[in-house]
Amino acid sequence: MTAVLDARRPAETRPRDWKGVLDWVAVHSLGLALGLMFALPVLFVFLTAVMSDSQAFTKDLWPREWHWGNFLEVFDKAPLLKYLGNSLLYSLLATAGMLLSSIPAAYALAKLRWRGRNAVFLLVVGAMMLPPQVVAVPLYDTWSSLGLTGTLWPLILPYFLFDAFSIFLLRQFIVTIPQSYVDAARVDGCTEFQALVRVVVPMARPGIAATALFCFLYTWNDYFGPLLYTGERPDEWTLSLALSSFKGMHHVQWNLAMAVTLLIMVPAVVLFAFAQRSFVKGITFTGVKG
Amino acid sequence: MTATLERVDVPRTAPARGRSRARSRHRWTVLAFMAPAVLGFLLFFGYPLVATVGFSFTEYDLINPPEWTGFENYTYMFGDKLFRTAAYNTLWFVVVLTGLRVVFALGVASVIARLKSGVGLIRTLCYLPSLTPPVAATLVFFLVVRPNDGPLDAFLGWFGVEGPLWFSDPAWAKPGITLVMLWVSGDLMIILLAAIMDVPREQYEAAELDGAGPVRRWWHITLPNISPVLLFGAVNSIILALQLFTQAVVAGSAASGSADATGSTKDLGFPENSTLTFPVWLYAQGFRYFDMGYAAAMATVLFIVSFAATAVLVQRMRKASYQEEGGPGA
Repeated sequence: MTAVLDARRPAETRPRDWKGVLDWVAVHSLGLALGLMFALPVLFVFLTAVMSDSQAFTKDLWPREWHWGNFLEVFDKAPLLKYLGNSLLYSLLATAGMLLSSIPAAYALAKLRWRGRNAVFLLVVGAMMLPPQVVAVPLYDTWSSLGLTGTLWPLILPYFLFDAFSIFLLRQFIVTIPQSYVDAARVDGCTEFQALVRVVVPMARPGIAATALFCFLYTWNDYFGPLLYTGERPDEWTLSLALSSFKGMHHVQWNLAMAVTLLIMVPAVVLFAFAQRSFVKGITFTGVKG
Repeated sequence: MTATLERVDVPRTAPARGRSRARSRHRWTVLAFMAPAVLGFLLFFGYPLVATVGFSFTEYDLINPPEWTGFENYTYMFGDKLFRTAAYNTLWFVVVLTGLRVVFALGVASVIARLKSGVGLIRTLCYLPSLTPPVAATLVFFLVVRPNDGPLDAFLGWFGVEGPLWFSDPAWAKPGITLVMLWVSGDLMIILLAAIMDVPREQYEAAELDGAGPVRRWWHITLPNISPVLLFGAVNSIILALQLFTQAVVAGSAASGSADATGSTKDLGFPENSTLTFPVWLYAQGFRYFDMGYAAAMATVLFIVSFAATAVLVQRMRKASYQEEGGPGA
């Protein structure tokens, strides 16, 4: 699972002398400490989530009784299933739309030669870096005159045309596909569309998977967008948005707030468990070599 | 290119008439592939960017038509105390968060790069938090650092240190948010780790022969080799700091204990406006007070600043892409 990076680790001599052993111990205990540091907060959240209402208030780190029912009880406290549905609607539709619109554009930016290609690519990078708050005012104004504020559509629909980050990431993947494969397809009489569908898409599958994962998680985690368009319409809230007010609504019940916090983290962990390589590879590709 | 390929490479070898037909077909293909993206870019970036600047010279509340007021929104900024607070808070994050994030991610990546066993596990542990939704990550830290009862306080207590009030103390709310951001910096860490792994092995071996220890090898070989990726990390972190919104809003509303986190403005920036970042104040002005003109003026300022940061990166990429053009497989 970790072969991608491990294979190229700098060769280091095995610890032969006492200095080498000390170095080995120091580096590995530091690594272990770092790993713990990152993992412990989630462990605390989990332990708090299964505590009783009264114990969650205290200094105790370990639950006296394990209240697994807390994970079910939160569904009574708030319409979590409705929020889950909204979150899924947003994330799945946006990801589907992104795939439809971004794959051809990324192919054109990576494998077709045309004047202005570099300039357009730089515009994509610029759009990717733009804080979403910069364009929020006119966009809200437009969606509001279309009567779509109060719904998640202003967030979903743009993905069917343009998503800067996805186009960028897919382009970075497709560029690495050897030109000879695309040329061979053209020799065989493929149109560009056929070359894309039959040659490039199958070869870029890991990249497409990574881009889809990031798109799904970005929208799943999004807070600014849903707050902007649906903040006043609790029926349209996503899980992220609902979680921010769950603590407020039930501020005495730490255990339940933490149970919801854990539930909302589940998709990320599950996706990561199944597609660790895609994640790592995708993240690596976002690091622009300048 | 081989001869066979050249023969089918229509634009270059076919007679004039066929060439222009192939060329126009090529043009239509590019257009068809790019059309949705171009349309989307114009609708969701081109138009709103121009419109933001336009709105910034008006007074507009979404209901009545915009009214031209010239530079009034911009002159108002200088007198707006909370504008200065928000600008200061965001500047604080740009400086402190960017610095710490790059240094921290580089440190963690450097340690992981030197591990000989357990790399996969440690790397996963360090990366996973970066996938948590920002709202959840903020609440996680709210639990961990809560005064008196929190695990961090208990930990500090072992050393006889009394922890600060974190999100309830104006002096510690921003450092608290910085902690959250460091906890989720695993993506940058993975990027840097990959860059460190890409450093040619021979350079280390040569340095080792010359008697350079691990620290000197890191300083003289690792760092110079990954400096382009470090630049990307720095620009990326600046952009992240400039648009810091979710963590600030959630930390503020959680600490204030407000019952209505999404609908009100009273807990934005809690405590004492210490978490009122530039985007939070922009959001409050535009979408709570419906002073769209003023929000647009703030957005224009934010655009100019983030454009400057991005320009640095784009400049580097342009240089790199020219080099790429010259080489094969561009």
